[in-house]
Amino acid sequence: MPETTLRAERLGKRFGGLRAVADVSIEIKRGEIHAVIGPNGAGKSTLINLLSGELIASSGEIKLGEADITTLAPDKRARAGIGRAFQKTTIFPRFTVHENVRLAAQARSRAPLKMFGGAFADPEVQRRTMEAIGKAGLAGREAIVANVLSHGEQRQLEIAMVLATSPSIILLDEPLAGMGQAEARSIIALIASLREHHAVLIVEHDMDAVFELADRLTVMQDGQVIASGLPQDVRLHPAVRAAYLGNHGDAA
Amino acid sequence: MTKERASPIRTTVLPALILAVALALPFLVPQYYVQFASKVLILGVLAMALNLVVGQGGLVSLCHAAFFGLAGYVLALLSPKYDPASLLLTLPAAVIAAGAVALVIGALALRTRGVYFIMVTLAFGEMLFYLFHDADFAGGSDGAFINAKPELVIAGVRLLDLDKPLVFYFVVLAVTIGAVGLLTMLVRSPFGHALAAARDNERRARALGFPIFRIRLIAFTLSGALAGLAGYFAAIQFGFVAPQMLGWHQSAVALVMVLIGGLSTVTGPLIGALVLLGLEEVLKATFEQWKLIEGIIVIAIVLLLPNGVRQLWPMAVGEADPKPARDDKVAPSPARAPETGHA
Ligand SMILES: Nc1ncnc2c1ncn2[C@@H]1O[C@H](COP(=O)(O)OP(=O)(O)OP(=O)(O)O)[C@@H](O)[C@H]1O
Ligand SMILES: [Mg+2]
Repeated sequence: MPETTLRAERLGKRFGGLRAVADVSIEIKRGEIHAVIGPNGAGKSTLINLLSGELIASSGEIKLGEADITTLAPDKRARAGIGRAFQKTTIFPRFTVHENVRLAAQARSRAPLKMFGGAFADPEVQRRTMEAIGKAGLAGREAIVANVLSHGEQRQLEIAMVLATSPSIILLDEPLAGMGQAEARSIIALIASLREHHAVLIVEHDMDAVFELADRLTVMQDGQVIASGLPQDVRLHPAVRAAYLGNHGDAA
Repeated sequence: MTKERASPIRTTVLPALILAVALALPFLVPQYYVQFASKVLILGVLAMALNLVVGQGGLVSLCHAAFFGLAGYVLALLSPKYDPASLLLTLPAAVIAAGAVALVIGALALRTRGVYFIMVTLAFGEMLFYLFHDADFAGGSDGAFINAKPELVIAGVRLLDLDKPLVFYFVVLAVTIGAVGLLTMLVRSPFGHALAAARDNERRARALGFPIFRIRLIAFTLSGALAGLAGYFAAIQFGFVAPQMLGWHQSAVALVMVLIGGLSTVTGPLIGALVLLGLEEVLKATFEQWKLIEGIIVIAIVLLLPNGVRQLWPMAVGEADPKPARDDKVAPSPARAPETGHA
């Protein structure tokens, strides 16, 4: 069983004089959806980038289980079980839906860089590809080239790719952004179902979705954590209401 | 670029026809054209090798002539002054030397991206050019002769006489077929798909767990070794090696062949070599200012046929979609540059 706890201690990232992330400690566990919210520029994406290896922390440490992965390259973190979706959809635009997801499944197969035999030969890769496409709601769309999909479908495709790598930790940066109502509903249901086998971190601006999904909630502002805990407690936190949730907490 | 349109004419009839012509050719045309055909095949192998990194990898290299020329020099340096060298010894030595140098250059150059990668490969290519240009051991700027062509001797029997243009042609044809087979296998394999994925979106490929640097380095090394294979036979054909063989001009010629033939298929660059060299033959015989005219025609081809002269084929036979080989139901919109924005 792959290790399923990702823990960051006092993580920091500077861009020149800007402290994009400062002293952030966070834990993501299997069986839990951990939502991170905060205003624009709060440092949420930077935090995800630090956890996935896209950026290397200026200070602090990151542990996957017992292993220190603070400075590990992103591809190695992916192979260690961390899968992520980006805030700006990041797919292979000229490949079909099937090829996109198959590449993801291939990346974590037994021989990802085999030099002979067609890329479609491995039945296990094929099985995981179709399973991920189905889960993400793209069944029937396999043969379509990714860059002609709707924006929402491209988001779904990226999630399918993340799933096809069979990660133990899943990091999602605003997965619902730009999605229509119906698409968003099915993705929310999908994310909820991930809880069972994965540890999930989700950054999202849609508060209804956040409160529907989150088992834990962390609020960031100016690179710092201003509140963290169970959603019902965090929403009552005065600093949070003032800083971010506004009247949303009262209305809900 | 990973799949061919599965029309039977294109997948079986056409290749069989081309092969038949290639096999019959030496018996139909004067010897001069047999030598010309050998030259086309050799430079075609160089261009196809280059296209593994350019087309499949998205890495524009301007130092492939260095691998090509280096292999030629290895043969020249290993050849005894008047006796033939052993093919079984010099061929692997030349290919391995080219691959090893590609490995070293790739390991340094692949740390850069885009235009910087082009510049760094150019610089390394020029370094090798000047190494051989200024070195006395290899004849300096005059180059070196290969007085006797290497021979293949097994159990005391001389199997190939590469002095005979006909024999040489068939050997080069076999090498070309082997190169096409090898490259097709690579491009269709999981490795080839991973290489293309890194080209289309490096960030995504890395986030999936693909070791991008290693994948590109392997491709660059294989491509360099294959360019060396072509260079080895080029040196045999001309019986002579000179620093120009390693220079950026030769690299640029190979790149032009790739562009003329199209990036999206394995054999496109081979057709590009045929078109470019054929064009040269015709123009040279007709015009004094042939280089100028050649340049204009090349520019026209590259601008009007962004997917290479292969694009003419579906137009000629009246297939609906002149886009390059893809069997998708929906035509992809024009290729986009790789993603660069930050998340
Ligand atoms: N690569 C970078 N170089 C310099 N500054 C950066 C970089 N990436 C992010 N920043 C800055 O760091 C701060 C945090 O950015 P980040 O993208 O993490 O915010 P966010 O919480 O994800 O915001 P949003 O909700 O708009 O996505 C911002 O001020 C941003 O401008
Ligand atoms: Mg963000």
